Amino acid sequence: MFENLSYKLDKAFQTLKGKGQITEINVAATAKEIRRALIDADVNYKVAKEVTDTIKEEALGKDVLTTVSPGQLLIKITNDELTKLMGGKQEDISLEGSPATILISGLQGSGKTTFSGKLANYLKKQGRTVLLVACDIYRPAAIDQLKVLGEQIGVEVYSEPENKNAEQIAENAIKYAKDNGKSTVIVDTAGRLAVDEQMMNEIEGLKKSLDPSETLFVVDSMTGQDAVNTAKVFNERLDFDGVVLTKLDGDTRGGAALSIRTVVDKPIKFISTGEKMDAIDKFFPERMAGRILGM
Amino acid sequence: AGKSKVDDEVLDELEEILISSDVGVDTMVKIIERIENRVARDKYLNASELDTILKEEVAGLLAENNYEELQGFTVPQDKKPYVIMVVGVNGVGKTTTIGKLASRFKASGNKVLLGAADTFRAAAVDQLIMWSERVDVDIVSHGMNTDPASVAFDTVKKGVEGNYDVVIIDTAGRLHTKVNLMNELSKIKRVMQKFIDEAPHEVLLVLDGSTGQNAFIQAKEFTKATEVTSLAITKLDGTAKGGVVIGISDQFQIPVKYIGVGEKVEDLQVFNRMEFVDSFFNKELS
Ligand SMILES: Nc1nc2c(ncn2[C@@H]2O[C@H](COP(=O)(O)OP(=O)(O)OP(=O)(O)O)[C@@H](O)[C@H]2O)c(=O)[nH]1
Ligand SMILES: Nc1nc2c(ncn2[C@@H]2O[C@H](COP(=O)(O)OP(=O)(O)OP(=O)(O)O)[C@@H](O)[C@H]2O)c(=O)[nH]1
Ligand SMILES: [K+]
Ligand SMILES: [Mg+2]
Ligand SMILES: [Mg+2]
Repeated sequence: MFENLSYKLDKAFQTLKGKGQITEINVAATAKEIRRALIDADVNYKVAKEVTDTIKEEALGKDVLTTVSPGQLLIKITNDELTKLMGGKQEDISLEGSPATILISGLQGSGKTTFSGKLANYLKKQGRTVLLVACDIYRPAAIDQLKVLGEQIGVEVYSEPENKNAEQIAENAIKYAKDNGKSTVIVDTAGRLAVDEQMMNEIEGLKKSLDPSETLFVVDSMTGQDAVNTAKVFNERLDFDGVVLTKLDGDTRGGAALSIRTVVDKPIKFISTGEKMDAIDKFFPERMAGRILGM
Repeated sequence: AGKSKVDDEVLDELEEILISSDVGVDTMVKIIERIENRVARDKYLNASELDTILKEEVAGLLAENNYEELQGFTVPQDKKPYVIMVVGVNGVGKTTTIGKLASRFKASGNKVLLGAADTFRAAAVDQLIMWSERVDVDIVSHGMNTDPASVAFDTVKKGVEGNYDVVIIDTAGRLHTKVNLMNELSKIKRVMQKFIDEAPHEVLLVLDGSTGQNAFIQAKEFTKATEVTSLAITKLDGTAKGGVVIGISDQFQIPVKYIGVGEKVEDLQVFNRMEFVDSFFNKELS
């Protein structure tokens, strides 16, 4: 479905070169190709527009048309710009406090529970004692799911199947963690839509009472244009610290990463790359930039 | 006096509406061309007329693949048990949609049987069992980490022997890039045919309505592996506009049958083209 962008750009430039004139209009035409590629990769429409405007300026400044392979150079400019926009460097989560508390949030089916297990496993390997907390009291078998994962990785899971108050469960879990010498608590929550007032109130309440060292927003990397709306609302309500991008083991280009980072200005900290408990990785902006561009 | 062509500003705005709803560039271009053609022919007068033309064109596009609008939750009399296999990538809403479907089919007088052939994802079997209890229908399960094809086989067998009207098979979420897992689906399909030649009568691909351009690849690859016959689009109760419905209808010959609009048992609707188009553009304006 996606033609190779670099090839397309080189071709576009070739026709321009033949005409001999370097004009703003020429560059604009190729910038349009880039914009289309970004949109095909699910980068938000407005963000894609802004990005290509910036690239256009830079390209004009660098006089791309006089180089041997203007397409290559333009790709490099684009790649650098995307990398910069996504934060430039890798950022870690905060594990301050005892216990350090990590709150997991996001839409339905984005991969929160699986990621909670993975993060627990990852931190356990670093020598931390982790407690997983099952605060999804709605979805059928959500608690069982977390328990199965906990068992797989040898991490204890705290749950109160009869309790219908997530905040209470979380508070009790913190007490339990303190009493049992756990250094880290990871709180899995139910999936929710940004427009679900009641559920957004619940997670806001959880955040207030837990005062976590890290609040993460988990996003399916296949998400389309709506990613920005959702991220905006979750950020307004939770002021989260970082983003987790899941299901990157597929062939999605993952433009949502760029959109979210641009719109809420919060770093992406982890990526999920599979269903198994070790399929977790740190986020590297440059790799993601290449992926979005289909390289 | 009216204008004889749509001006650039209006077209830009339209482009933005379509692109920011995940319709996809190709389908967006097609819709805009159609509108330009119509305007050239009909000479549009004002914005509200353009609105109507737009709705008509999009509905027309949808109609090309959704000829027969579904009347309700009925199954063909001569195909019993009617076997539905539900497939899709991870977390889109397969199991939930099955729970809702079971409830609907039951309410319209059918005897329903579920098959728990997702034996892989943690507690997937428990999840489907809880749904079967919630909506009070029977279920076949062999527990976790068992052979999904054998679950499907036994479910269809029981479906025939127990005179069920509808059999719905849940499968594990899988990315279409995983060849082994896609082959597993073909195998699950094949074993059912040992009992009923035409089974599964329906392969329902579930797509998350907030998915972007990857939805097109999902539709293509799942169709290649399992000959998808219908689509369900979930999570349309959110802010995502579900433009993939339009793009996919345009580019594939697969009708959209159901839409998911929430997590509760009643939150499943039969896809209605006009309603979808109305709500699509209403969401846009809000
Ligand atoms: N391929 C792949 N699948 C994943 C990944 N992360 C999660 N999944 C799968 O995606 C599906 C949903 O994951 P969950 O962890 O249950 O998602 P959730 O956000 O907790 O879902 P809810 O609690 O229902 O909102 C499951 O089938 C997971 O196995 C990933 O990185 N890659
Ligand atoms: N808001 C909303 N949530 C939905 C809808 N359909 C499903 N969900 C939720 O999405 C999440 C995932 O649903 P599942 O039915 O477990 O998805 P699945 O495709 O079976 O997932 P895997 O088996 O892990 O691949 C759950 O939290 C559901 O409650 C819908 O139409 N609207
Ligand atoms: K999803
Ligand atoms: Mg969960
Ligand atoms: Mg499922």
